[in-house]
Parts: sequence; structure tokens; C-alpha cells
Amino acid sequence: MTLVKKNLGWVVFFAALALFPLVVTNPFYTSIGVYSLLFMAAATSWNMFSGYSGYIALGSAVFFGVGAYTEALLSIHWHVPANGDLFWLVPLGGVIATLFAVPIGWISLRVRRHTFVVITIAVFFIFQLSAINFSFTGGSSGLALPFITWTATDFNNPFYYAGLILVIFITLVSAFVRRSRFGLQLLAIRDDEDRAMGLGVKVTAIKITGFTMSAFAIGCAGAIYAMFQGQIYPQFVFDPTFDVSVALMVFLGGIGTLAGPLLGGLVLESAQQYLTATYSNNSLYLLLFGALFLIVIMFMPQGVVPFVRDKFTKRGELERAAVAANDVSSPSGMTSGTPTEVTA
Amino acid sequence: MNATALLSAAKDGILTGAVYALMATGLTLIFGVMDIINLAQGTFVVLAAYLSYALQVHWHIDLFVGLLITTPAMFIIGVVIERVFIARLKGPDRTGMSILVTYAVWLLIEGTLDLVFSSNDVQLQGWYVPKSFTVGAIHFGYIYVAGFILAALLLGALYFMLYRTRFGVSVRASLADQTSAALVGIDVKRVSTITFGLGAAVTAAGGMIYGATNAFNASSSYDLISRLLTIIVLGGMGSLGGALLAGILMVFVGDIVGVIWSPVWSTTAYFVVLVLVLLWRPQGLFGKTQARVA
Repeated sequence: MTLVKKNLGWVVFFAALALFPLVVTNPFYTSIGVYSLLFMAAATSWNMFSGYSGYIALGSAVFFGVGAYTEALLSIHWHVPANGDLFWLVPLGGVIATLFAVPIGWISLRVRRHTFVVITIAVFFIFQLSAINFSFTGGSSGLALPFITWTATDFNNPFYYAGLILVIFITLVSAFVRRSRFGLQLLAIRDDEDRAMGLGVKVTAIKITGFTMSAFAIGCAGAIYAMFQGQIYPQFVFDPTFDVSVALMVFLGGIGTLAGPLLGGLVLESAQQYLTATYSNNSLYLLLFGALFLIVIMFMPQGVVPFVRDKFTKRGELERAAVAANDVSSPSGMTSGTPTEVTA
Repeated sequence: MNATALLSAAKDGILTGAVYALMATGLTLIFGVMDIINLAQGTFVVLAAYLSYALQVHWHIDLFVGLLITTPAMFIIGVVIERVFIARLKGPDRTGMSILVTYAVWLLIEGTLDLVFSSNDVQLQGWYVPKSFTVGAIHFGYIYVAGFILAALLLGALYFMLYRTRFGVSVRASLADQTSAALVGIDVKRVSTITFGLGAAVTAAGGMIYGATNAFNASSSYDLISRLLTIIVLGGMGSLGGALLAGILMVFVGDIVGVIWSPVWSTTAYFVVLVLVLLWRPQGLFGKTQARVA
């Protein structure tokens, strides 16, 4: 695949996604499609901050949950008619999630990145417990959204296309960020935060901005999820496995790349949905999932997309040559032939 | 609210908190020495509890006697996991990858436990588990007191090993600076492997006490790991004394709020304390600030 054809690949990919529910009309598969799209959007958004900056956030379910509760609470209290109007609340879910991200980022981004990981987990549990304990969130019995009465045959399609629009939107944003000055600053933070600071990057402001931006699409995904489910429970929208799943999708596909999170989200989420629907046995699924991750991490630590790119494409060859010429490490940070000094 | 209730909360904080501190010490040791965040620590605790359970049900071995078997077993499991998976991780993204690898290990162990023991709750039994004695107006459960003594002994042994033995010097040197430790001739790889084994071994006692005082199943690991992680963040990552204090503080704050307000809010209250401490000291109570933001 040459660089010229590359954009063609994107067009084909999104066109295929757009045509999918028209070709496959079985609701079983289109509902798997909806979940996959939501996770593709969340993974791309997560990658836009954590992938570019190297700050692994494991609390993204906070934004997913806030988006879901925003959608549920507003649709109930504003008496939004149970039809397409519900979709207008989705961006609001994203905005509220973004607002929540500002103080969270401010608290958690003042420490080095290893502690940051753990603080994001702690913040996540605060939100989960609050959703269970507060009365306005409906407690552990959750909230029921206005009941949508569409015909059963194409019930999934509006959600599917809302998810697709979200995926395209966040992919474009992520691509734009990657090429922008702001994106370069995030990458500089990942490669060497102190040097970036020394060169005049306002690291704290950049990190908080990136973290906040990544909350929007995850919040929107949560809002769509809430509508699609029709009923939300605190333990399912503030779900610890969501936190790790999103990170794993990105690592599987290729952290810091554009296609990686989309691929990881598509493969993992559809596999997960299919397996849970087919086998009710939870433990079997856990074993399969765990084994798959270990294999990928041990043999393709940089993710599938960079692995394939490095092995089979021209760009990979150029990069290998650059590495051989003792240049700086390649974008994934893991493929470098020269071991980078780890500052303890 | 009355004085007895407060004293009782303080007692719980110290007795139960010490057990959590023991489990968190394993986690903070592993992080300090190896820069590895072991997400599987929670599932190690559950695994250890199930090992005690299996010994008890199938061979009628007492919980405390069983520790003589489960502790070395957990040590070996830890060493094998470190050798097979963790030691292979290299490069600048090692810590990030360690989260994923240990999460995968967690899923494998949880899946296996779920398959073998089903998802029904179990609790470890012993004649001493339901018994308690009373001092003043405060009840002391035998198992809680025993857990505290066990945790104190093991923490004491761990401290002795770290501060009074040659191996302890190597561990602390690796904790301070891996590169320099390697330069003065310390086998950092070996120290890392043994540290991971020790971190897993302390969950044998921790898991046994946890299993005797709580009903548990394979998915209890989520609750455990969230508590253990927040303990080491509150105490300061890599700080052993911090883990001890934070473990006690976690249970203490939760119980106090449970007494004067409502048990519903006790865990939330602890997390709020955590956030407040982090606002004041981002590196945790005893964490060291770093010259370089690595």
C-alpha cells in the first residue's frame, strides 16, 4: 500500500462500514456492529491522548458513564420524545463528560505517569460508587430512558449510523491533532517530557488539554450506549473492564497509530460480543481473552498495525533503515533497534 | 455517634488495615523495584484464598497450617509468572506493557478459578472464625486478631529482610536506582524475580484472612485491586511505610464515616480523602518527588 492509495483505504473502510447494515440485516449482527463502533470511537479518542502522550489513563469509563447518565437524566427530566430527538442529547453527553475531565485532569496530571495510571483508576471507583450511592442517579437499580418504539427490523440502524458518524468524526479529529503543532507537543511529551519542557512546551497545559479533549467522544459513546440499551446500571456504564478494554484495543491495534484503535476496537469488541452471546460461559471467555492478549503482547508488543507496516511495507523499510542509522526511536516507541535509556 | 463506636472503628482500622497493608506491601515492593504495576495482585489474593479453601475442603488442613503450603506455592507462582511474562518486557514502554500483561494474567487466573470453583460465593471456615472476645465494650473477632498478628509478623519479617540482610540491601538498592544497582554488581534480574515472588507470597496470608472474613468468588479481585492500588498511591508508590499507614487509614476512615454517617458512604469517603491528599501531595504521603519526570 503506497502513500497515495492510503486515503483510498480509509474511504473503502468507512464505505464498507456504512454499507454493512444494508447488506447484513440480521439484528444480531447489527447490534454487534453498534457496540463495535462505540468502542472504536472510544479507543480512537483514548489513543488521541494516552497514545500520543504516553500517559496511560485507565479511568475512561468515567466519561462513558457520565455521558450515559447525562443522556438518561436529560431525556427523563426534559421529557424528550422517544424518537430521533434523543440523538440531539448525544453531543451534550460529550460536553458534560468534557467538563468533568477538567478537574480530573488537573488532579491526576501533576504526577509522573506511573502514578497517573493508578490515580485514574481511583477516580473511576469514586464515580462508580457515587453513581450507586446518590439518589438522583437511581442508585443500583439505574435509570430507564424513554422507550423507543421503532420497528424491530431496523431498530439498530439509527444507533449504528450515530456510532459511525462518531467514529468518523473522532478519526478526523485524531488525524488532525496528530499533524498539528499540539499533537507534536503531545508526542514530544511522550518521548521526553523534560526535554519538551526545556524546549518551551507548556507540558501541564498541553496534557490537561489533551486529556479533556479525549473525554468528548467517549462521553458521546456513553450517551449512544444509554439510548441503545434503554436502561442503564451504574456497574455497567462505570465498568472497570471498559477502562482496560479500551486500552487493550489500542495496544492490540497499535498505540499512537490512527488505524490501530479502529482495528483493535472492531476485532476485540465484535469478538467479545459474539462470544458472550454464543457461549454463556463467562470463564471460557475470560480464558480466551487472556490468552489472546498474552500472545499479542509477547509477540507483537508494538501492536498489529505497526507490526504489519514494519514487516511488509515500504514505510517500514524506511523506518528500519532509520533505526539502523541510529536515528531516534520509531513512532511506536517499541520498534527501536537501539534500546532507549530508561530514566528511573 | 459514641466513643465505643469510634474505638471500635479504630480497632477495625488497625486490625483489618494491617492485612490490607501486607497485601499492598507486595504491590509496592514490585512497583518500587521493578517499575511494574501488578494488576494481578488482587487475583493473587483470591487465588491464595481458594488454595486455602481447597486444602481445607479436600484434605481438612487448618487455615493457618495450610499457609505453610500456600505461601511457598504463591511464591513459586509469582516467580514463574515473572520469568515467563514480565522478564521479557523491555523498552521504554515497559511499565505500560506490564499493566496489560498482568491484566491478561489476571483474566487467565480469574477464568480458571471461575471454571474450577464456579461463581458461587464461598467463605473459609474454622472453629475460630465466628468466635470473639470482649475487652471493655469492644468485640475482638479471633480471626481479625490472628490476621493482625500474622500481618504484623510477616511485615516485621519483610522489614528485617529488607533492612538487615544482604539481599535486602540489593532490593533497596534496586528500588533506589536500577542502573546504579546493576553497576555496583547487583544481579537486578534475580532481585526482580525474587521480589515478584515475595510480592505474590505475602498474598497467601492476606488471602487466607480475606477469605475467612469475607465471602468471595473469582471476581472479588476487582474490589481488592482497587483498594490495593489506592493504598499504594495514598502511601506513595514504592514506599513500604506508606503502604502500612495508608492501609490502616483506608479501613479507619471508612469505618468512622460508616459510624457517624452511613456505611453506604464509607468507601466513597476514603476515596475523597485520597483525592484530597493527592491535591496536597501529588506523590502520596511518603512518595519521593523525582528530579526527572520519567
